[in-house]
Amino acid sequence: MATPEATSKSATPRSPVLRPVSPHLQIYRPMMTTTMSIVHRITGVGLYTGTLLLAWWLVAAASGPEAYQVFADFISSVFGRLILFGYSWALIHHLLGGVRHFIWDMGHGFELKQVEVMAWGTLIGSVVLTLGVWALAYSMMGVL
Amino acid sequence: MRTPLSQVRGLGSAKTGTEHFWAQRLTALANVPLALFLIASVVSLVGADYETARSYLSMPLVSVGLMLLIGSGVYHMRLGLQVVIEDYVTGERLKLLSLIANTFFCVVVGLVSLYAVLKLGLGS
Repeated sequence: MATPEATSKSATPRSPVLRPVSPHLQIYRPMMTTTMSIVHRITGVGLYTGTLLLAWWLVAAASGPEAYQVFADFISSVFGRLILFGYSWALIHHLLGGVRHFIWDMGHGFELKQVEVMAWGTLIGSVVLTLGVWALAYSMMGVL
Repeated sequence: MRTPLSQVRGLGSAKTGTEHFWAQRLTALANVPLALFLIASVVSLVGADYETARSYLSMPLVSVGLMLLIGSGVYHMRLGLQVVIEDYVTGERLKLLSLIANTFFCVVVGLVSLYAVLKLGLGS
């Protein structure tokens, strides 16, 4: 039985206690859930940077035909399309990941199977929807 | 008798967590339809010339939608990157500078975009 004195003494940082340390992240096998968790964060940071593209687009449109042409040339180049493709996938993935978080916030979807299904759903859904959006865009250009 | 309270005082903020959480979710909810609106807008303008793009972007409802997207989006990403910085940036000085840079970036990008939308919407 610990006396009150002993309890307060063990909680004092002045006498450091060597506590067990958790193994670092790389020790664990990557899971679909943990991967989608960090991808949600990475796509978030990607979208953060991607707002520069949105700002450029709007400023170019507001500035006039010449400025808009510079933006249009960039975004229709192979490099520009790659960036836009990544941006659109990140946006859709982050959106679906956000919906997944809403479901959790409402107190649902905590069963192991549900968690796994939603993680896969986020990935598969984001790829399918992104390809769908691009197929729609290309068909509007008359390419598809 | 001393409680452990005195040992944790001044070691960090425990004041605005709930507000941060709530604002993050509120802007996230708003961003769902607004992001879909952005995707639809961009797809509808694929391959369009300048005049088509300009006249679309100056429609009143499009302007309002874009302004809502910019406001909610910039707020959301400031909150989000704040958490990323707090998680990964060690060292108080660098962390503080990163948090300041985060706010500056979001305000500047947001204001520049809003100004462009207003200029398009209000003409000339």
